[in-house]
Order: sequence, then structure tokens, then C-alpha cells
Amino acid sequence: MAAPTSSGRKRPDRARSLTWLGMTPFFAFIGLFLLLPSVSLVVGAFQNEAGGFTLENVRNLFEAQFLGAFWNSIALSSLTAGLGVVFGGRLAYAALTEGTPRWVRPVITTFSGVAANFAGVPLAFAFIATLGTTGAVTQFLSAVVGLDLYDSGFSLFTFTGLAITYLYFQIPLMILVIAPAIDGLRREWREAASNLGASSSQYWRYVGLPILAPSLLGAAVLLFANAFAAYATPYALTVGHVNLVTVVIARSFTGDVLANPHQGYALGLGMIVVIAVSTLIYTLLQRQVARWTK
Amino acid sequence: MKRRYSWSKMVWLFLGALYFLIPLLATLQFSLEEGGGQYGFGSYAYIFSDPMFWDSIWFSLKLSVGTIVISMVLVVPTVYWVHLRLPRLRPVLEFVSVLPLVVPPIVLIIGLLNLYRGAPAWFVGTPLILLFAYVMYALPYVYRSVDVGMQAIDIRTLTEAAQSLGAGWRTILLRVIVPNLRVAVLSGSFLTLAIIMGEYTMASLMLFTSFAVYIAYVGQMQTNPAAALTLISFAMTWIAILSLLSIGGGAGSDEVQIGSRG
Repeated sequence: MAAPTSSGRKRPDRARSLTWLGMTPFFAFIGLFLLLPSVSLVVGAFQNEAGGFTLENVRNLFEAQFLGAFWNSIALSSLTAGLGVVFGGRLAYAALTEGTPRWVRPVITTFSGVAANFAGVPLAFAFIATLGTTGAVTQFLSAVVGLDLYDSGFSLFTFTGLAITYLYFQIPLMILVIAPAIDGLRREWREAASNLGASSSQYWRYVGLPILAPSLLGAAVLLFANAFAAYATPYALTVGHVNLVTVVIARSFTGDVLANPHQGYALGLGMIVVIAVSTLIYTLLQRQVARWTK
Repeated sequence: MKRRYSWSKMVWLFLGALYFLIPLLATLQFSLEEGGGQYGFGSYAYIFSDPMFWDSIWFSLKLSVGTIVISMVLVVPTVYWVHLRLPRLRPVLEFVSVLPLVVPPIVLIIGLLNLYRGAPAWFVGTPLILLFAYVMYALPYVYRSVDVGMQAIDIRTLTEAAQSLGAGWRTILLRVIVPNLRVAVLSGSFLTLAIIMGEYTMASLMLFTSFAVYIAYVGQMQTNPAAALTLISFAMTWIAILSLLSIGGGAGSDEVQIGSRG
């Protein structure tokens, strides 16, 4: 293919530009349906109804109502990311390493693939059937144990209820993303540590966790962004009673009275900033971790 | 030799199983309830006889297939070209392909609607914008599976062999590269199917009745048929993921099924 050409100097240039031409459909698509919409969102955030420039929408983000929505979303995402990392990591470790029956591994992997993708409206209904006012577990507890969940202050349609529901897709997602790292933990390391007299907690403190640290960090950021972007689950579960950013954005487009698209664009811009910042923190921490493990 | 079981691991698995199975069993019970302590398949019969159920499934299925076709046409040649001719561009491509994760679906759709507000009706009034939004939404997963598959085959040798036999680019792509990528393309497709069949956020904001929007609509009034629909939706996700795993088997099958939506 690299046969010398006698047709003059222009040939390599044209070949190079043709090579780059092959990339146009992909990047054009990204530009038209991802980058330009994002730019138009940013522009819209700085416009008023009449199309003039304004800082009001962005300034409004710091008002109690919107700040509260960001706070709720960030708190819920951090909490479920943290719990997802701990429980998902623990379950993945139990399922993927020795000490449990052989059939557990494929079952857990497959189920995680399904459950991580089983979110949104159906998931909300599954939890209403379980922990709603007439849910199976609610009724079981009141009939058998005599504990009335809803009298003792619990409700599925609150922050706590959302957190319990989110874990149904956060934990499986954690299992899927951490599986390769756990497979990378060699049994010899554990044996070497215990031969040298290390206890189980010492092994984890000085060997296991430092090795897993970069993967755990990456998983935490992924789980955070995953929960932060969720809209269908909280909407179907609480019909918008818990103030989350995604729910407020939807309301600023569909609410008859509250419709205010430009405020919605500003909120969307805020979401992108939060995710970008969390990715940035991840990159910085990743560098720190890389320094420890050297 | 008998395997030794670790009690703490077994306890963790048992607790996990409780958390993950109880909601499914509770939903099953709900879906079979027919009032007055009676159980039966009435809710399922009701759902299957509802024309809106079939319409919404058909709508979501068409969009899933459209998303898969456009994604593959866009991603396969691009990834092939970068692997073959522009390897330096791979990190860029990788970066671009995860960008959709930074823009949440609800933000992407309002941006798209704002940008194309003044566009002609054949574009704005049809599910076309939704289709293109879905392609973006599926991009990280499609790119990943195709990239993994492309790495596993020796595209340079395949390409040179095909060229020496006089094949053009189209023949090379369609009859040499794609057949060798079969597993990667299929697993990316099944994952996309699982994601798009359950997509609610963007479809509901564009006022289209996708399958998930239909489930939400039923759930507003009838809890028992909604429970039946929940299980039907779970079964559909299960089928898509099982198909993915059964064809995958080899490299990357654990990784390509990572997708999630809230």
C-alpha cells in the first residue's frame, strides 16, 4: 500500500486529508447531537424569555429552592454511591473469590447485568409493591412482627425510600465494574501476607485496599454520576415530592404554571458542572493514589 | 475435593439475595392479586389485550432497532479506521465516546429541543430527535464493545489480504471486518436494546408513549396491572442480557454489559 508514487509531491497530503475525511460522519454526528445541543443549553441559560442576555437564571441557582434541589441530588447520589461501593464491593468479593459455591459467580454476574439495567419506572413499582403503604414487606412486618413502618416514621416516598430503591441498581453496577479488579487480586498475595503473620484486617489495610483503590475510586464516581442523572425512578416513586435537580428541570418544561425553560437550561448547566467537577476531583485523587501505590 | 465455604461470604450473599429477590416476589404477588384474596392471571390478560401495550412496545422496539443500526453504521467504520490508519486518535475517540455520560439524558434532551426548535416539522414533529438522542445515549456502551472487539482481531492483516484480492472499502468492511466483529456487534446491540426498551426520561419529555411511559401511565391508576408490566419489563431485560451473555462467552463479555439508567 505504501508503494512509492511518481505522481508528485501532492499525493501524501491528499492521502492524509482523505484519511481524516473518514472521521467526519462520526464527529459531525457528535457535533450536531451532543456538542451543539450543549452549547445551545449554555446559551439558553444566559437568556431571558425575550432572548436578551441575563445572569438572572444562573444567579437563581443559588436561591434556597434550587440550591436545595442540588443539595438533595448530591447527598442522595453520594450516599448511594458510598453504600453501593461498600455493599457491591463486599458482594462481588464474596461471589467472585473462593469460599462460595461455584454456581454463585455466573448467577451474580448475570443478575447484576439485568438489575443494573432494570431501573426507572418498573423499579419504582417493584418497591411500591414491597415497601409501599400496602407493600408485601410492610404488611408482613405489621402482621407478624407488629411493627407499623409508616407509623414509626418510615416512608418509601422520601429521601430514605429513594436511597433504598437506588441501591437496587447501584449495587449491581458496582459488582459489574469492580469484578475485573477483584479478579486481579492474586491468592498468593493473601497467602504471603498471612505467612508473614498479617491478620485479615492488616492484609486489607496494607495490601488489598491500596491495590483496589484506583478501581474503587473510579467506581464511586461512576455510581455518583449514575444516581445524579436519575430521573425516572425518583419521578415515578415520589411524583416529584422529593426535590431533585432532574425533577425540577422536568417541571420547568412541563409544569403549566411553573414552566420556565431558561431556568431549566441553567439547572442543566449546573448539572454538567457538578459532574465535570466530580470527574476532576477523581482525576486529582487518582494521581494521589498512583503516588501511594508506587 | 470438597470446597471449603466461608461463612461470612455466605451471609453476605444471603443478605444480598434477600434484598434483590424480595421486591421481585412482592411484585409477582401484586401482579397476581385479583381482590378478595383471589389470585389469577387477570392483570396479565388485561395488559396483553390492551392495544396501547402493543403500540408502546412496537414504538420502543422500532427506536431500539433504529438506534442499533445508526450506532453501528457510525461507530464500526470509525473505530476500524482509527485502529487502521489513525491510532494516535484513539484516546480522543475514547474521550469523545464517554462524553454522553457527562451530559445527563434530561439535559441532553432539553438542549436538543432548544437547538432544533425552529427546524422543519418532519424533523421536530417526529421521533427523529429522540432517535438521535438515543444514539448519543447508547454511544459509550456501543463504542466500548466495538473497540474491545476490534482489538481482538488483526484488522491490518485482514485488510491487506482483502485488498490484495481486489476488494474495495465497502467489501472489506461488510464482508471481512463485520463478520469478524459479530460477537462485539451483537453484544453491543443487545445492551442497547435493554437500555432503550426501558428509556423513560427523554421519551416522556418529548411526549412520546414509549414502553416505559406506558408503564408509568398504567401505574397512575391501576397498581396490579402495573406490577404485571414491571415483571414483563424485567423479563425483557433478562432476555436481552442473557442473549448478550450467550453469544459473548469470550473476551470482554463481563465488561460490555455495564449500562445503567435511573
